[in-house]
Amino acid sequence: MKKNEKTTNIFLSGVGGQGAILASNILGEVFIRAGYDVKKAEVHGMAQRGGDVTTHFRYGTKVYSPIIKYGDVDFLLSFELLEALRYINWVKPDGKIIINTQEILPPAVSLGQMEYPQGVPETFKKYFKDNVHVVDGLGIAKSLGNLQAQNVVLVGAFSNFFPKIKESFFVDAIKKLLAPKLHDLNVKAFEAGKKAL
Amino acid sequence: MKEIMQGNAAIARGAWEAGVKVAAAYPGTPSSEILKDVADNYPEIYAEWSPNEMVAVQVAAGAALAGARAMASMKHVGMNVAADALMTLAYTGIKGGLMIVIADDPNVHSSQNEQDSRNWARFAKVPMLEPGDAQECYEFTKAAFDISEKFDTPVLLRTVTRIAHADSLVQTGKRVESKMPLGLDPKEATKYVMVPAFVRPRRKAVEERMRKLEAFADKTKINKMEINSKTYGVITSGSAYMYAKEVFPEYSFLKLGMVWPLPKKMIDTFFKEVKKVYIIEELDPFFETEIRAMGYKVFHGKDIIPNMYELSPEIVEAAIKGKTYKAPKVRVKPEDLPRRPPNLCAGCSHRPLFYALKKAGAFVFGDIGCYTLAVAPPISALHTTICMGAGGGMAHGASKAMGKEALGKTVAVLGDSTFLHSGILPLMNAAYNKGNTTTIVLDNRITGMTGHQEHAGTGFTVRGEVANQVDYREIGKAIGVKEANIRYVDPYNIKETMEIVKEEMNKDEASLILCKDSPCMLLRRAKPLERFKSPLYAINMDKCRGCKMCLEINCPAISWKEGAGQTVDGQKRKGTVYINPDQCVGCEVCVQVCKFDAIEPAKK
Ligand SMILES: Cc1ncc(C[n+]2csc(CCOP(=O)(O)OP(=O)(O)O)c2C)c(N)n1
Ligand code: SF4
Ligand code: SF4
Repeated sequence: MKKNEKTTNIFLSGVGGQGAILASNILGEVFIRAGYDVKKAEVHGMAQRGGDVTTHFRYGTKVYSPIIKYGDVDFLLSFELLEALRYINWVKPDGKIIINTQEILPPAVSLGQMEYPQGVPETFKKYFKDNVHVVDGLGIAKSLGNLQAQNVVLVGAFSNFFPKIKESFFVDAIKKLLAPKLHDLNVKAFEAGKKAL
Repeated sequence: MKEIMQGNAAIARGAWEAGVKVAAAYPGTPSSEILKDVADNYPEIYAEWSPNEMVAVQVAAGAALAGARAMASMKHVGMNVAADALMTLAYTGIKGGLMIVIADDPNVHSSQNEQDSRNWARFAKVPMLEPGDAQECYEFTKAAFDISEKFDTPVLLRTVTRIAHADSLVQTGKRVESKMPLGLDPKEATKYVMVPAFVRPRRKAVEERMRKLEAFADKTKINKMEINSKTYGVITSGSAYMYAKEVFPEYSFLKLGMVWPLPKKMIDTFFKEVKKVYIIEELDPFFETEIRAMGYKVFHGKDIIPNMYELSPEIVEAAIKGKTYKAPKVRVKPEDLPRRPPNLCAGCSHRPLFYALKKAGAFVFGDIGCYTLAVAPPISALHTTICMGAGGGMAHGASKAMGKEALGKTVAVLGDSTFLHSGILPLMNAAYNKGNTTTIVLDNRITGMTGHQEHAGTGFTVRGEVANQVDYREIGKAIGVKEANIRYVDPYNIKETMEIVKEEMNKDEASLILCKDSPCMLLRRAKPLERFKSPLYAINMDKCRGCKMCLEINCPAISWKEGAGQTVDGQKRKGTVYINPDQCVGCEVCVQVCKFDAIEPAKK
């Protein structure tokens, strides 16, 4: 176990079906390999029906609460613009953020009752300046020929925030969690994501 | 090496290592993964989905009586269904270890109420353990079986959503088979036949056992005292411990792993060691009521800690710091953002069925399942949800109260899993007591809401073996519904469904309507998309008048696009709709709703 490292808080948000859960599972395997205590809590009861999905992910020498204290997020990895904005208040003033550019319309917007929020990256930049990174995960996944790989692209981009963690831990985690026939594609997706920042 | 595991998986693992032979459950969030995990990973354990929680507990109790270690798992409200068994099992005791897992859902992430299951332990006079992370889920499960056998009692294990569905590291070990011989002893009637003369001595045994358990509670390592600050201390358990420890690590803690009975001596020591004692617990003032009744002066408890919804590190911090707590800055008001409520899947057969009920003007006595989502606007066609199986009984009661007034106006609607759980008896009752309710069973061949578990009507067991499949029609006949009043509908045909529903609602006799060939969209083996003629539909912009009728069905594939325009024949419109080709599955429901034939087959 790593000694005397305070707990770091990662918050993942997205919409059911985007693969945010796999992304958090990858992070779990990675930080265990790096010798940390890890806790992660998901709310995914209704994800299959298009609801939002959030994961609280925490690592450190000894982690107590499975959920992050409101306002204490060090890193936000968001899979969808609206779902990024929904959690903007959770991020610490010096927190780092990755926003995926995908937009998935919620029912109130589909039904024409509300507007989809505009300028999400700009809102983030107002508060977090250069700590905000915008990634076109879907575009990169498309260029690799498989939209499903968007989640791993985002994990690749996110890995840039953790220079001390060996890249091989990520690759091992991807290989452990995915079927062998998906290894090549997803390792490529990880690499492509990594270059996107 | 340590493995990362979900709390539920850690319970399954602990049970396997403890030598469990039989596991039974009825699904319910956040408990469902326990049995699935057992079935998928531990072939030494016989695993089954029982039709409801009562049967699950009976099955586990029978296995325990035969000398095996056994468990039943359920969500909090499941214990209400199984309570009748528990209350008397507490008297008889067990043989092989018996554990019942009850998963609470503070903040009702996915439930119909927020009851605090710790009350069952006090009520039934049985011990209860409450883990705070996956490692404890694993350890306490193993301990539960030892306690159960040592004290001859069922043991309850309580989790909450944030423990059951959180992943953390677990140091695992090996399976150890139970040494207890299997077999049934016919000479123990005084212990297992609860007639009054035999109950009374057992009643005394329960109290004696409770005294022994209290002494045990003071010694067991499951309860932990951490003395740090001599000024401030916290008595707490499970998730609440994790939150409090997170924000006030410098405080002293009495962490109760065994939440019933309470360790009286430890509590006494804690009050002697620490000046100001907070009691921090999620939901009810369960410890607090007991500890105050013991005569201790509690510094703060439910006067500052909420007694509803779930706790969190910031809620605990804000409660204790009071005015000195500084909330983080609000950058965007989340309440201004569009919410993302769950919706029925594109193509789900519940959508057209409820649309038909709405058009038929029915008051819908509903139930619990994916179909409960039909309460949401714009469908808004479900009018009650109380507990599983309630709709049928309530519809009958309402019609008896209103007499002829109710005829033709009400239906009871429930899913296939719910029908088998507790929907048969209300229907039998209506048929027997000359009622006129119409019961619709939404047979989508699976337990959808809780994540697709098998049941007695799907034809498969939890391990995927082919099994008997209930015949709903024969059930209807056998319990007294006349054959002429048992009808099939194809829910994807809105008009026909509406007509059949109206006919049956207007009969002054009990009816049963069964949805045919309408499997859940996520049930791959039933090939739900094959029944649709076209894989995709699209809007013909020449014809769409922007009337928004098709938005009424709330299909996730359909959205509104603002923008003035006109049809080919010159009809002005303010905008049109758009069908997302990635989401549309071709169910043709919108096609039936559009009055201008503007929705047409398209190619993927
Ligand atoms: C007593 C009780 N046990 C379990 C649950 C959890 N639960 C909610 S809905 C449901 C079953 C849903 O299945 P079904 O009736 O087939 O409807 P579907 O979701 O497939 O439409 C279950 C098990 C509950 N709410 N109450
Ligand atoms: S999971 Fe199945 S039952 Fe539930 S909304 Fe989707 S299609 Fe309907
Ligand atoms: S056919 Fe219409 S109602 Fe059915 S999935 Fe496609 S858009 Fe939705």
